[in-house]
Amino acid sequence: MTTAAILEPMTPLLHSVREVVKETPDTFTLTLQPENGAPESSFQPGQFSMLWVFGVGELPISISGDPGKQDRLVYTVRSVGKATNAFVSQKPGADVGVRGPFGTGWPVEVARGHDLVIVAGGIGLAPLRPVIYHVLSHRADYDRLVVLYGARSPRDLLYRKELASWARQRETQVLTTVDYGGLSWRNHVGVVTTLLKFARLRPARSVAMLCGPEIMMRFVARDLEAHGLGRSQIYVSMERNMKCAVGFCGHCQYGPHFICKDGPVFPYEQIGPMLDKYEL
Amino acid sequence: MENLERIIAECPFFAGLDHAYLNLIVGCASNVRFEAGSYVFKEGTPADTFYLIREGKVAVEIFAPHRKPIIVATIGEGEIVGWSWLLPPYVWKFHGHAVQNVRAIALDGKCLRTKCEENHDLGYEILKRLVQIVEHRLDEARFQQIDVYAVQR
Repeated sequence: MTTAAILEPMTPLLHSVREVVKETPDTFTLTLQPENGAPESSFQPGQFSMLWVFGVGELPISISGDPGKQDRLVYTVRSVGKATNAFVSQKPGADVGVRGPFGTGWPVEVARGHDLVIVAGGIGLAPLRPVIYHVLSHRADYDRLVVLYGARSPRDLLYRKELASWARQRETQVLTTVDYGGLSWRNHVGVVTTLLKFARLRPARSVAMLCGPEIMMRFVARDLEAHGLGRSQIYVSMERNMKCAVGFCGHCQYGPHFICKDGPVFPYEQIGPMLDKYEL
Repeated sequence: MENLERIIAECPFFAGLDHAYLNLIVGCASNVRFEAGSYVFKEGTPADTFYLIREGKVAVEIFAPHRKPIIVATIGEGEIVGWSWLLPPYVWKFHGHAVQNVRAIALDGKCLRTKCEENHDLGYEILKRLVQIVEHRLDEARFQQIDVYAVQR
Protein backbone atom coordinates (compact mmCIF):
# COMPACT_ATOMS: atom_id res chain seq x y z
CA MET A 1 0.00 0.00 0.00
CA THR A 2 1.33 3.50 -0.79
CA THR A 3 1.89 6.04 1.98
CA ALA A 4 -1.20 7.97 0.88
CA ALA A 5 -3.31 4.82 0.96
CA ILE A 6 -2.05 3.91 4.45
CA LEU A 7 -2.78 7.38 5.82
CA GLU A 8 -6.12 7.90 4.13
CA PRO A 9 -7.41 4.55 2.92
CA MET A 10 -10.98 5.82 2.63
CA THR A 11 -10.19 9.00 0.70
CA PRO A 12 -10.08 8.70 -3.07
CA LEU A 13 -7.33 10.52 -4.91
CA LEU A 14 -8.30 12.29 -8.08
CA HIS A 15 -7.08 10.72 -11.33
CA SER A 16 -7.90 11.50 -14.93
CA VAL A 17 -8.58 9.06 -17.71
CA ARG A 18 -5.69 9.13 -20.15
CA GLU A 19 -6.69 6.38 -22.57
CA VAL A 20 -9.53 3.94 -23.22
CA VAL A 21 -8.88 0.80 -25.29
CA LYS A 22 -11.62 -1.59 -26.37
CA GLU A 23 -10.32 -5.12 -25.80
CA THR A 24 -13.45 -7.14 -26.66
CA PRO A 25 -17.07 -6.18 -27.37
CA ASP A 26 -17.73 -5.74 -23.61
CA THR A 27 -14.29 -5.27 -22.05
CA PHE A 28 -12.20 -2.10 -21.95
CA THR A 29 -8.79 -1.11 -20.62
CA LEU A 30 -8.55 2.34 -19.04
CA THR A 31 -5.30 4.10 -18.22
CA LEU A 32 -5.51 6.65 -15.40
CA GLN A 33 -2.96 9.23 -14.31
CA PRO A 34 -2.78 11.13 -11.01
CA GLU A 35 -4.07 14.70 -10.94
CA ASN A 36 -3.35 17.77 -8.83
CA GLY A 37 -0.02 16.51 -7.53
CA ALA A 38 -1.40 13.20 -6.29
CA PRO A 39 1.55 10.87 -5.66
CA GLU A 40 2.55 8.23 -8.19
CA SER A 41 1.25 4.85 -7.26
CA SER A 42 3.42 1.80 -6.74
CA PHE A 43 1.64 -1.50 -6.51
CA GLN A 44 2.31 -5.21 -6.28
CA PRO A 45 1.08 -7.43 -9.13
CA GLY A 46 -2.28 -8.80 -8.01
CA GLN A 47 -3.38 -5.82 -5.92
CA PHE A 48 -6.61 -3.96 -6.60
CA SER A 49 -7.97 -0.42 -6.31
CA MET A 50 -11.36 0.99 -5.39
CA LEU A 51 -12.44 3.20 -8.27
CA TRP A 52 -14.99 5.96 -7.76
CA VAL A 53 -17.16 6.80 -10.71
CA PHE A 54 -18.57 10.06 -9.42
CA GLY A 55 -22.33 10.05 -9.14
CA VAL A 56 -22.54 6.32 -9.75
CA GLY A 57 -20.57 4.34 -7.19
CA GLU A 58 -17.38 2.58 -6.29
CA LEU A 59 -15.85 -0.54 -7.88
CA PRO A 60 -13.11 -2.91 -6.76
CA ILE A 61 -10.91 -3.51 -9.82
CA SER A 62 -7.58 -5.34 -10.11
CA ILE A 63 -4.69 -3.41 -11.56
CA SER A 64 -3.73 -4.83 -14.95
CA GLY A 65 -0.83 -2.57 -15.90
CA ASP A 66 2.94 -2.76 -15.67
CA PRO A 67 4.19 -2.41 -12.07
CA GLY A 68 7.35 -0.82 -13.47
CA LYS A 69 5.38 2.16 -14.79
CA GLN A 70 4.38 4.09 -11.68
CA ASP A 71 3.11 7.19 -13.46
CA ARG A 72 -0.12 5.45 -14.45
CA LEU A 73 -2.69 2.94 -13.25
CA VAL A 74 -4.25 0.55 -15.75
CA TYR A 75 -7.51 -1.36 -15.28
CA THR A 76 -9.29 -3.83 -17.55
CA VAL A 77 -13.00 -3.96 -16.87
CA ARG A 78 -15.85 -5.98 -18.30
CA SER A 79 -19.07 -4.05 -18.51
CA VAL A 80 -21.63 -6.14 -16.67
CA GLY A 81 -23.71 -3.62 -14.68
CA LYS A 82 -24.47 0.02 -14.03
CA ALA A 83 -21.18 0.93 -12.30
CA THR A 84 -18.86 -1.01 -14.61
CA ASN A 85 -20.73 0.35 -17.63
CA ALA A 86 -20.32 3.88 -16.30
CA PHE A 87 -16.61 3.30 -15.73
CA VAL A 88 -15.86 1.91 -19.19
CA SER A 89 -17.89 4.75 -20.75
CA GLN A 90 -15.50 7.38 -19.35
CA LYS A 91 -13.78 9.49 -21.98
CA PRO A 92 -10.15 10.68 -21.92
CA GLY A 93 -9.86 13.64 -19.57
CA ALA A 94 -12.70 12.50 -17.28
CA ASP A 95 -12.09 12.46 -13.52
CA VAL A 96 -12.13 9.23 -11.49
CA GLY A 97 -11.39 8.70 -7.79
CA VAL A 98 -8.89 6.02 -6.80
CA ARG A 99 -8.36 4.41 -3.41
CA GLY A 100 -5.62 1.90 -2.82
CA PRO A 101 -3.85 -0.19 -3.93
CA PHE A 102 -5.16 -2.80 -1.53
CA GLY A 103 -4.72 -6.47 -0.77
CA THR A 104 -2.05 -9.08 -1.09
CA GLY A 105 -0.18 -9.48 -4.36
CA TRP A 106 0.95 -12.51 -6.31
CA PRO A 107 4.00 -14.16 -4.69
CA VAL A 108 6.52 -13.02 -7.29
CA GLU A 109 9.32 -13.30 -4.71
CA VAL A 110 8.38 -16.89 -3.83
CA ALA A 111 8.40 -17.71 -7.55
CA ARG A 112 11.87 -16.24 -8.10
CA GLY A 113 14.23 -18.93 -9.43
CA HIS A 114 11.30 -21.19 -10.37
CA ASP A 115 9.19 -21.89 -13.43
CA LEU A 116 6.05 -19.80 -13.37
CA VAL A 117 2.81 -21.33 -14.61
CA ILE A 118 0.04 -18.81 -15.18
CA VAL A 119 -3.47 -20.10 -15.83
CA ALA A 120 -6.18 -17.58 -16.58
CA GLY A 121 -9.77 -17.73 -17.72
CA GLY A 122 -11.74 -14.90 -19.32
CA ILE A 123 -11.05 -11.57 -17.68
CA GLY A 124 -8.86 -13.40 -15.14
CA LEU A 125 -5.88 -12.61 -17.34
CA ALA A 126 -6.11 -8.95 -16.30
CA PRO A 127 -4.92 -9.37 -12.66
CA LEU A 128 -2.16 -11.71 -13.89
CA ARG A 129 -0.83 -9.41 -16.61
CA PRO A 130 1.29 -7.40 -14.10
CA VAL A 131 3.03 -10.66 -13.12
CA ILE A 132 3.88 -11.33 -16.77
CA TYR A 133 5.23 -7.77 -17.15
CA HIS A 134 7.24 -8.24 -13.96
CA VAL A 135 8.74 -11.56 -15.10
CA LEU A 136 9.58 -10.26 -18.57
CA SER A 137 11.35 -7.24 -17.09
CA HIS A 138 13.24 -9.39 -14.56
CA ARG A 139 13.76 -12.33 -16.94
CA ALA A 140 17.00 -13.59 -15.40
CA ASP A 141 15.27 -14.05 -12.03
CA TYR A 142 12.81 -16.66 -13.32
CA ASP A 143 13.05 -19.89 -15.28
CA ARG A 144 10.37 -20.97 -17.71
CA LEU A 145 7.21 -18.91 -18.07
CA VAL A 146 4.11 -20.83 -19.14
CA VAL A 147 0.90 -18.89 -19.82
CA LEU A 148 -2.29 -20.90 -20.37
CA TYR A 149 -5.32 -18.81 -21.24
CA GLY A 150 -8.90 -19.80 -21.98
CA ALA A 151 -11.92 -17.77 -23.07
CA ARG A 152 -15.37 -18.44 -24.44
CA SER A 153 -14.59 -17.56 -28.05
CA PRO A 154 -11.80 -15.91 -30.06
CA ARG A 155 -13.52 -12.53 -29.79
CA ASP A 156 -13.47 -12.79 -25.96
CA LEU A 157 -9.67 -13.11 -25.73
CA LEU A 158 -7.94 -10.18 -24.04
CA TYR A 159 -4.60 -8.69 -25.08
CA ARG A 160 -4.30 -10.72 -28.28
CA LYS A 161 -1.32 -8.77 -29.63
CA GLU A 162 0.50 -9.05 -26.31
CA LEU A 163 -0.17 -12.80 -26.11
CA ALA A 164 1.52 -13.19 -29.50
CA SER A 165 4.43 -11.00 -28.43
CA TRP A 166 4.91 -12.87 -25.10
CA ALA A 167 4.96 -16.16 -27.02
CA ARG A 168 8.02 -14.92 -28.92
CA GLN A 169 10.05 -14.33 -25.74
CA ARG A 170 12.70 -16.84 -24.77
CA GLU A 171 11.75 -19.66 -22.39
CA THR A 172 8.14 -18.59 -22.65
CA GLN A 173 5.23 -20.76 -23.77
CA VAL A 174 1.85 -19.18 -24.38
CA LEU A 175 -1.13 -21.39 -25.21
CA THR A 176 -4.64 -20.10 -25.76
CA THR A 177 -7.88 -21.98 -26.09
CA VAL A 178 -11.53 -21.12 -26.60
CA ASP A 179 -14.69 -23.05 -25.80
CA TYR A 180 -16.05 -22.62 -29.29
CA GLY A 181 -13.97 -21.69 -32.30
CA GLY A 182 -14.87 -20.65 -35.80
CA LEU A 183 -13.22 -21.88 -38.97
CA SER A 184 -10.63 -19.10 -38.92
CA TRP A 185 -9.44 -20.06 -35.43
CA ARG A 186 -6.22 -22.08 -35.72
CA ASN A 187 -5.50 -22.52 -32.03
CA HIS A 188 -6.89 -24.90 -29.41
CA VAL A 189 -10.57 -25.49 -28.78
CA GLY A 190 -11.56 -26.86 -25.38
CA VAL A 191 -11.56 -25.74 -21.77
CA VAL A 192 -8.39 -24.27 -20.29
CA THR A 193 -7.49 -27.51 -18.48
CA THR A 194 -7.04 -29.23 -21.86
CA LEU A 195 -3.95 -27.07 -22.39
CA LEU A 196 -2.10 -28.69 -19.51
CA LYS A 197 -1.19 -31.72 -21.59
CA PHE A 198 0.57 -29.47 -24.12
CA ALA A 199 2.28 -27.28 -21.51
CA ARG A 200 5.99 -27.68 -20.93
CA LEU A 201 5.53 -28.28 -17.22
CA ARG A 202 8.26 -29.11 -14.75
CA PRO A 203 6.04 -29.65 -11.71
CA ALA A 204 8.76 -29.97 -9.08
CA ARG A 205 10.20 -26.55 -9.89
CA SER A 206 7.00 -24.65 -10.63
CA VAL A 207 4.86 -22.05 -8.93
CA ALA A 208 1.35 -21.73 -10.38
CA MET A 209 -0.86 -18.64 -10.27
CA LEU A 210 -4.53 -19.01 -11.22
CA CYS A 211 -7.16 -16.41 -11.86
CA GLY A 212 -10.66 -16.80 -13.22
CA PRO A 213 -14.07 -17.84 -11.98
CA GLU A 214 -13.80 -20.00 -8.85
CA ILE A 215 -15.18 -23.07 -10.59
CA MET A 216 -12.43 -22.80 -13.19
CA MET A 217 -9.69 -22.35 -10.58
CA ARG A 218 -10.97 -25.37 -8.68
CA PHE A 219 -10.75 -27.60 -11.76
CA VAL A 220 -7.39 -26.19 -12.83
CA ALA A 221 -5.94 -26.71 -9.33
CA ARG A 222 -7.23 -30.29 -9.33
CA ASP A 223 -5.58 -30.98 -12.68
CA LEU A 224 -2.33 -29.26 -11.66
CA GLU A 225 -2.24 -31.53 -8.62
CA ALA A 226 -2.78 -34.51 -10.94
CA HIS A 227 0.24 -33.27 -12.95
CA GLY A 228 2.36 -33.31 -9.80
CA LEU A 229 2.19 -29.80 -8.33
CA GLY A 230 1.59 -29.62 -4.61
CA ARG A 231 -1.10 -27.36 -3.13
CA SER A 232 1.63 -25.24 -1.58
CA GLN A 233 2.89 -24.41 -5.10
CA ILE A 234 -0.49 -23.06 -6.26
CA TYR A 235 -1.92 -19.57 -5.64
CA VAL A 236 -5.36 -18.27 -6.56
CA SER A 237 -7.00 -14.85 -6.68
CA MET A 238 -10.45 -14.65 -5.14
CA GLU A 239 -13.21 -12.22 -5.94
CA ARG A 240 -15.96 -11.03 -3.62
CA ASN A 241 -18.09 -7.93 -3.22
CA MET A 242 -15.56 -5.58 -1.65
CA LYS A 243 -16.72 -2.28 -0.16
CA CYS A 244 -14.30 -0.74 2.35
CA ALA A 245 -11.23 -2.64 1.06
CA VAL A 246 -9.53 -2.51 4.47
CA GLY A 247 -11.30 -5.28 6.39
CA PHE A 248 -13.76 -3.11 8.37
CA CYS A 249 -17.12 -3.67 6.75
CA GLY A 250 -17.16 -7.45 6.34
CA HIS A 251 -18.81 -7.43 2.92
CA CYS A 252 -16.11 -9.64 1.45
CA GLN A 253 -15.84 -12.09 4.32
CA TYR A 254 -15.10 -15.60 3.13
CA GLY A 255 -15.01 -18.03 6.03
CA PRO A 256 -12.43 -16.60 8.44
CA HIS A 257 -10.89 -14.37 5.76
CA PHE A 258 -11.55 -10.89 4.46
CA ILE A 259 -10.81 -11.11 0.76
CA CYS A 260 -9.91 -7.40 0.58
CA LYS A 261 -7.33 -7.50 3.36
CA ASP A 262 -6.13 -11.12 3.62
CA GLY A 263 -6.41 -11.62 -0.15
CA PRO A 264 -7.34 -11.40 -2.93
CA VAL A 265 -4.36 -13.69 -3.56
CA PHE A 266 -4.28 -16.76 -1.34
CA PRO A 267 -2.19 -19.94 -1.23
CA TYR A 268 -4.39 -22.74 -2.54
CA GLU A 269 -3.61 -24.93 0.45
CA GLN A 270 -5.32 -22.27 2.59
CA ILE A 271 -8.33 -21.57 0.41
CA GLY A 272 -8.75 -24.88 -1.47
CA PRO A 273 -10.83 -26.67 1.18
CA MET A 274 -13.28 -23.75 1.25
CA LEU A 275 -13.78 -23.91 -2.51
CA ASP A 276 -15.20 -27.40 -1.97
CA LYS A 277 -18.02 -26.09 0.23
CA TYR A 278 -21.44 -25.22 -1.11
CA GLU A 279 -22.65 -21.63 -0.96
CA LEU A 280 -19.69 -20.24 0.95
CA MET B 1 7.34 -52.19 -39.19
CA GLU B 2 9.90 -51.89 -36.44
CA ASN B 3 9.76 -48.12 -36.80
CA LEU B 4 5.95 -48.12 -36.69
CA GLU B 5 6.00 -50.26 -33.56
CA ARG B 6 8.35 -47.81 -31.87
CA ILE B 7 6.15 -44.85 -32.84
CA ILE B 8 3.02 -46.62 -31.57
CA ALA B 9 4.76 -47.64 -28.33
CA GLU B 10 5.72 -43.99 -27.75
CA CYS B 11 2.15 -42.78 -28.19
CA PRO B 12 0.72 -41.96 -24.71
CA PHE B 13 -2.43 -43.95 -25.55
CA PHE B 14 -0.41 -47.17 -25.84
CA ALA B 15 2.13 -46.37 -23.08
CA GLY B 16 3.18 -49.48 -21.19
CA LEU B 17 1.33 -51.88 -23.52
CA ASP B 18 2.79 -55.37 -23.66
CA HIS B 19 5.17 -55.95 -26.59
CA ALA B 20 3.09 -58.91 -27.84
CA TYR B 21 0.00 -56.66 -28.11
CA LEU B 22 2.01 -53.95 -29.88
CA ASN B 23 3.05 -56.60 -32.38
CA LEU B 24 -0.59 -57.37 -33.09
CA ILE B 25 -1.55 -53.70 -33.39
CA VAL B 26 1.27 -52.73 -35.72
CA GLY B 27 -0.18 -55.07 -38.38
CA CYS B 28 -3.19 -52.72 -38.59
CA ALA B 29 -1.12 -49.48 -38.72
CA SER B 30 0.07 -47.17 -41.45
CA ASN B 31 1.53 -43.65 -41.64
CA VAL B 32 -0.80 -40.98 -43.02
CA ARG B 33 -0.63 -37.23 -43.71
CA PHE B 34 -3.35 -34.63 -44.12
CA GLU B 35 -2.85 -31.14 -45.44
CA ALA B 36 -4.16 -28.19 -43.47
CA GLY B 37 -7.74 -27.53 -44.50
CA SER B 38 -8.49 -31.08 -45.60
CA TYR B 39 -10.90 -33.44 -43.85
CA VAL B 40 -9.56 -36.40 -41.90
CA PHE B 41 -13.07 -37.86 -41.70
CA LYS B 42 -16.59 -36.69 -42.45
CA GLU B 43 -19.84 -37.13 -40.59
CA GLY B 44 -21.96 -40.00 -41.88
CA THR B 45 -19.10 -41.84 -43.59
CA PRO B 46 -17.80 -45.25 -42.43
CA ALA B 47 -15.64 -44.95 -39.32
CA ASP B 48 -13.03 -47.44 -40.38
CA THR B 49 -9.96 -45.78 -38.87
CA PHE B 50 -8.55 -44.76 -35.53
CA TYR B 51 -5.86 -42.03 -35.59
CA LEU B 52 -2.88 -41.37 -33.32
CA ILE B 53 -1.87 -37.77 -33.96
CA ARG B 54 1.92 -37.37 -34.22
CA GLU B 55 1.99 -33.75 -35.34
CA GLY B 56 -0.53 -31.02 -36.09
CA LYS B 57 -4.06 -30.49 -34.96
CA VAL B 58 -7.47 -31.91 -35.90
CA ALA B 59 -10.63 -29.94 -35.14
CA VAL B 60 -13.79 -31.83 -34.26
CA GLU B 61 -16.44 -29.95 -36.14
CA ILE B 62 -20.23 -30.05 -36.00
CA PHE B 63 -22.18 -29.32 -39.12
CA ALA B 64 -25.07 -26.96 -38.41
CA PRO B 65 -27.55 -26.09 -41.18
CA HIS B 66 -27.69 -22.35 -41.95
CA ARG B 67 -24.77 -21.73 -39.64
CA LYS B 68 -21.03 -21.78 -39.92
CA PRO B 69 -19.46 -25.07 -38.75
CA ILE B 70 -18.88 -25.18 -34.99
CA ILE B 71 -15.54 -26.45 -33.69
CA VAL B 72 -16.08 -28.03 -30.28
CA ALA B 73 -12.64 -29.52 -29.63
CA THR B 74 -9.18 -29.76 -31.09
CA ILE B 75 -7.05 -32.88 -30.88
CA GLY B 76 -3.30 -32.39 -30.90
CA GLU B 77 0.04 -34.11 -30.80
CA GLY B 78 0.11 -37.29 -28.75
CA GLU B 79 -3.67 -37.60 -28.64
CA ILE B 80 -6.03 -40.02 -30.36
CA VAL B 81 -9.05 -39.19 -32.44
CA GLY B 82 -12.00 -41.45 -33.13
CA TRP B 83 -13.74 -44.25 -31.29
CA SER B 84 -16.65 -44.75 -33.71
CA TRP B 85 -14.65 -47.60 -35.31
CA LEU B 86 -15.30 -49.67 -32.18
CA LEU B 87 -19.05 -49.27 -31.88
CA PRO B 88 -21.82 -50.15 -34.33
CA PRO B 89 -22.87 -48.74 -36.73
CA TYR B 90 -19.20 -47.71 -37.26
CA VAL B 91 -20.08 -44.31 -38.69
CA TRP B 92 -18.44 -40.94 -37.92
CA LYS B 93 -20.70 -38.60 -35.97
CA PHE B 94 -18.71 -35.40 -36.60
CA HIS B 95 -16.30 -33.97 -39.12
CA GLY B 96 -12.56 -34.12 -38.39
CA HIS B 97 -10.84 -31.18 -40.01
CA ALA B 98 -7.04 -30.75 -40.20
CA VAL B 99 -6.41 -27.18 -39.01
CA GLN B 100 -2.68 -27.63 -39.51
CA ASN B 101 -0.69 -30.13 -41.55
CA VAL B 102 -1.22 -33.43 -39.74
CA ARG B 103 1.00 -36.50 -39.49
CA ALA B 104 -0.68 -39.47 -37.88
CA ILE B 105 -0.69 -43.21 -37.48
CA ALA B 106 -3.90 -44.66 -38.93
CA LEU B 107 -5.07 -47.92 -37.38
CA ASP B 108 -7.49 -49.90 -39.52
CA GLY B 109 -10.66 -50.17 -37.42
CA LYS B 110 -11.90 -53.45 -38.86
CA CYS B 111 -8.47 -55.06 -38.50
CA LEU B 112 -8.24 -53.85 -34.89
CA ARG B 113 -11.80 -54.99 -34.07
CA THR B 114 -11.04 -58.44 -35.45
CA LYS B 115 -7.88 -58.71 -33.33
CA CYS B 116 -9.75 -57.52 -30.24
CA GLU B 117 -12.43 -60.19 -30.86
CA GLU B 118 -9.77 -62.87 -31.30
CA ASN B 119 -7.80 -61.77 -28.26
CA HIS B 120 -10.05 -60.43 -25.51
CA ASP B 121 -7.09 -59.48 -23.33
CA LEU B 122 -5.97 -57.09 -26.07
CA GLY B 123 -9.58 -55.95 -26.49
CA TYR B 124 -9.88 -55.19 -22.77
CA GLU B 125 -6.58 -53.27 -22.74
CA ILE B 126 -7.71 -51.09 -25.64
CA LEU B 127 -11.18 -50.61 -24.19
CA LYS B 128 -9.78 -49.51 -20.79
CA ARG B 129 -7.60 -46.92 -22.49
CA LEU B 130 -10.41 -45.71 -24.73
CA VAL B 131 -12.81 -45.37 -21.81
CA GLN B 132 -10.29 -43.12 -20.08
CA ILE B 133 -10.18 -40.88 -23.15
CA VAL B 134 -13.98 -40.88 -23.39
CA GLU B 135 -14.16 -39.92 -19.70
CA HIS B 136 -11.72 -37.01 -20.18
CA ARG B 137 -13.58 -35.76 -23.23
CA LEU B 138 -16.90 -36.02 -21.38
CA ASP B 139 -15.43 -33.99 -18.49
CA GLU B 140 -14.21 -31.38 -20.93
CA ALA B 141 -17.60 -31.22 -22.68
CA ARG B 142 -19.38 -30.77 -19.32
CA PHE B 143 -16.92 -28.09 -18.40
CA GLN B 144 -17.63 -26.26 -21.69
CA GLN B 145 -21.34 -26.63 -21.11
CA ILE B 146 -21.28 -24.82 -17.76
CA ASP B 147 -19.58 -21.78 -19.29
CA VAL B 148 -16.82 -21.47 -16.72
CA TYR B 149 -15.64 -18.05 -17.87
CA ALA B 150 -19.01 -16.40 -17.28
CA VAL B 151 -19.17 -13.46 -14.91
CA GLN B 152 -20.17 -14.47 -11.38
CA ARG B 153 -23.25 -12.67 -10.16
